[in-house]
Amino acid sequence: MDISTYAIDLTIKPTTFDLWHVCLAGTVAVLAGLLIVVMFMMVASLLRRNEVAAPAVQIVEKVVHAEPVVQIVEKTVEVPVDRIVEVEKIVEKIVQAPAPAPIVLKEASPDAALQLLYLLQNDARFIDFIKEDMTEHSDEDVGMVARVIHEGCNKVLDEHFSFASICRENEGDKIVLSDGYDAAKVRVTGNIVGNPPFTGTVIHKGWQITDVRLPSTVQGYNVNIIAPAEVEL
Amino acid sequence: MSFFEQMKKKAVETSPNKESASSTEPIKQQVAESLPVKNEGSVSDKAPVKSDTVLASSKSAIESKPNDLSTSVIDHSVGRKYVVGIDLGTTHCVMSYADITEGGDDFMQQVMGISQLTSPSVIEEKLQLPSFLYQAHSAELPENSIVLPWNAKPAYIVGEIARNLGSKTPIRLVSSAKSWLCHAGVDCKSPILPPDAPEDVARVSPFQATQAYLEHMSAAWFRLHPNAPLGDQDVVITVPASFDPAARELTVEAARSVGLGQAILLEEPQAALYSWIDKTHGEWRKQAKTGDIILVIDVGGGTTDLSLIAVTEKDGVLDLTRIAVGNHILLGGDNMDLALAYTVKAKIEKEGKRLEPWQVQALTHGCRDAKEKLFSSHMTSVPIVVPSRGSSLIDGVLRSELTIDEVRRVLIDGFLPQVAVSERPVAQTRTGLRTTGLPYAQDAGITRHLAAFLAKQQNAVDEFESINLPENATFLHPTAVLFNGGVFKAQALTERLMDVLNNWLRVENAPEARLLAGVDLDLAVARGAAYYGFVRKGKGVRIKGGTAASYYVGIESAMPAVPGMPPEIQALCIAPFGMEEGSQVELPDEEFGLVIGEQVRFKFFASTTRREDIVGTRLDYWQDDELSELNEIEVVLDTEGRRAGEIIPVHLGSAVTEVGTLELQAMSNVDSGRWKIEFDVRN
Repeated sequence: MDISTYAIDLTIKPTTFDLWHVCLAGTVAVLAGLLIVVMFMMVASLLRRNEVAAPAVQIVEKVVHAEPVVQIVEKTVEVPVDRIVEVEKIVEKIVQAPAPAPIVLKEASPDAALQLLYLLQNDARFIDFIKEDMTEHSDEDVGMVARVIHEGCNKVLDEHFSFASICRENEGDKIVLSDGYDAAKVRVTGNIVGNPPFTGTVIHKGWQITDVRLPSTVQGYNVNIIAPAEVEL
Repeated sequence: MSFFEQMKKKAVETSPNKESASSTEPIKQQVAESLPVKNEGSVSDKAPVKSDTVLASSKSAIESKPNDLSTSVIDHSVGRKYVVGIDLGTTHCVMSYADITEGGDDFMQQVMGISQLTSPSVIEEKLQLPSFLYQAHSAELPENSIVLPWNAKPAYIVGEIARNLGSKTPIRLVSSAKSWLCHAGVDCKSPILPPDAPEDVARVSPFQATQAYLEHMSAAWFRLHPNAPLGDQDVVITVPASFDPAARELTVEAARSVGLGQAILLEEPQAALYSWIDKTHGEWRKQAKTGDIILVIDVGGGTTDLSLIAVTEKDGVLDLTRIAVGNHILLGGDNMDLALAYTVKAKIEKEGKRLEPWQVQALTHGCRDAKEKLFSSHMTSVPIVVPSRGSSLIDGVLRSELTIDEVRRVLIDGFLPQVAVSERPVAQTRTGLRTTGLPYAQDAGITRHLAAFLAKQQNAVDEFESINLPENATFLHPTAVLFNGGVFKAQALTERLMDVLNNWLRVENAPEARLLAGVDLDLAVARGAAYYGFVRKGKGVRIKGGTAASYYVGIESAMPAVPGMPPEIQALCIAPFGMEEGSQVELPDEEFGLVIGEQVRFKFFASTTRREDIVGTRLDYWQDDELSELNEIEVVLDTEGRRAGEIIPVHLGSAVTEVGTLELQAMSNVDSGRWKIEFDVRN
């Protein structure tokens, strides 16, 4: 069979107007529409991606299927900057207006927050302590229990987060901030005039989280239950 | 290329850069994990895995999360070979491993985080797997809350969650299964734990509990290394040096039953020393010298294990030989915390308050933390506060304090008393019926146990020409000490032990013993076990030793029967001291007539001091402390091919397997028949 008989001549115009051509025209229109929608979505997602990088607090959720039967929901809180360093400014600086960009707000998933509350309550009785009416108790009693809570909370934090200070300098020491320093990590205050490098005094050395180790949870687990009621039999 | 194809390719290319948190990606990873073969398949499957590897290598914040960790390991474990050390502890299990695929001389190991439930529905990765098993009531926990990443319905609840649940419901908690394995007089394969459980709590055997822990670790490993199952790796499991042949056999059997038939055993104090050798990076040859006797004091949560290792020189190379091990002493760090809790309890009760059991338990936890604080700081007292169990913390709060004087009195003077080397542990005869409890040490004085051990092993170095004790020595003089176990984080305890030991040495004009430092007190055993796996490849010095005792069967002596007197028993040496792995001996001259089809039982003895007895030595008489009686051994000659009731002349033989267990056999003198003599685990 000659293959050329199947070659398509695009220059030929339809001479008849039957159902087949209506179908063909319809299919072409639908495909073209789909193509436009897909491309539009890609452009939109790329734009979105560029903006997502900006916020300091990002809550990420993962759904993991370990096995067809077992379903584990895993959460990660990415908190790159927890406490921003304050540096008292001496040299002047011109504040540049940030480039305008469409604002995208990301809503935090409550799961990781609830999980942290669970850990703090379970291992350190944090909620019990904060929710207790302190006006009824003496400073001595409160202080005594506070020690226990403080110790427990510290253990929970150390177990699930790795902390590091942002400034290596001690608080009260002089610091020089070079041009292009990360304003998210270091917040200058006071006499902000002139251009970097800035020289200032470290007021607070800052905190940042370098690692998060939150537990995984099984799907169907009710994160809203911070502490189950306890009934002794 | 069509436009659609281009589009598709573009989409694939951009996907790794897209939000790494997109929900579809982990699903694919998990699928890839459970079906590793398919991982190499289509482009779309590969892309997310790749993106994750990048993530892992860029040290991002989420790198150490269990799932990212596992997926980053996926690609690496293909065709990899590891050595894995498993510390199967009384209170905690630890796994450490190293990649030995390259076969180089560098040894880099890491301790594996073991995924485990910490409370219902919550899974965390921890370096230690608490050796606890919880028998939950069917209505106790929410449905589908007991799930592991690799198993939707685990048969047993083990690890952190078991310990947590058990702390509030002790009647359902199985603990210290390992100590039961070495407990003469119980059947370790019958369901006896928890011993105090009411009727409707399902019980498990110590053997099953051991299986459960090993199985959990094996599955946790497989999840992280799906292409290198634990059964294919070089696995070293540690056991106390004082474990008897039956307990070793049970451990190996438990390992075999979970697919770890290739696992070999290593004594824990040796593992600690291996870990020290590994840590010194070759420097140990400068820190240890010929003639040294290293004393390893390993105080775990529930047991105290003592070993002596001699350093000798052969052809200019330092040799290490484990020359002696101590008795199985059920005394450990947990006893110390409990002792402190009872001290504080007594103080509170003096004020007229009654303590409930949960408060005593909370006190124990409080005292453990307080003890560490007191030892590591200059505080003279630490408040101990037990908040109420209700949502109001302050109402009903229990308050006391622990002072440094109390800690010193209870821990240092109580557990490490300044005694003369001539003192011995006090052993009162137990009154009344022996219950099914564990035979805890009755004398808490670890220094007394140590004195008894060193005196008993005075002749342990006789075979070495390079080591000579002074004539007047009343005990073996160690020249160096290695501590292991979490309790020794308290420097005051190591100082006291060194002080006591050096006092003993000074009295006999011997030089003071040095402290060998640097091991991680909690993880050293697992690390040392992994290093031993590496050493077995011919990559380092190996501690020699063989069996830590000589073994005897009891046979009735041929004497006329005396009414009212049991027949005299002779002990026939069946395995000499220091029998190396892979060697075997036979006693062709000692003939026994065994009846086919009948169970024959022998008394079985061990001695950690009679090193000169060779196989076939018959003892008519021995001192009480020379030989200790173990569980009986038994043999049943199968009737296969023979007539029941027929008497077959046999002789006995023994072998130490490569795994590190002792095997006893009866061999026919007339044909090639061989029967295994079983260590009796029944009562």
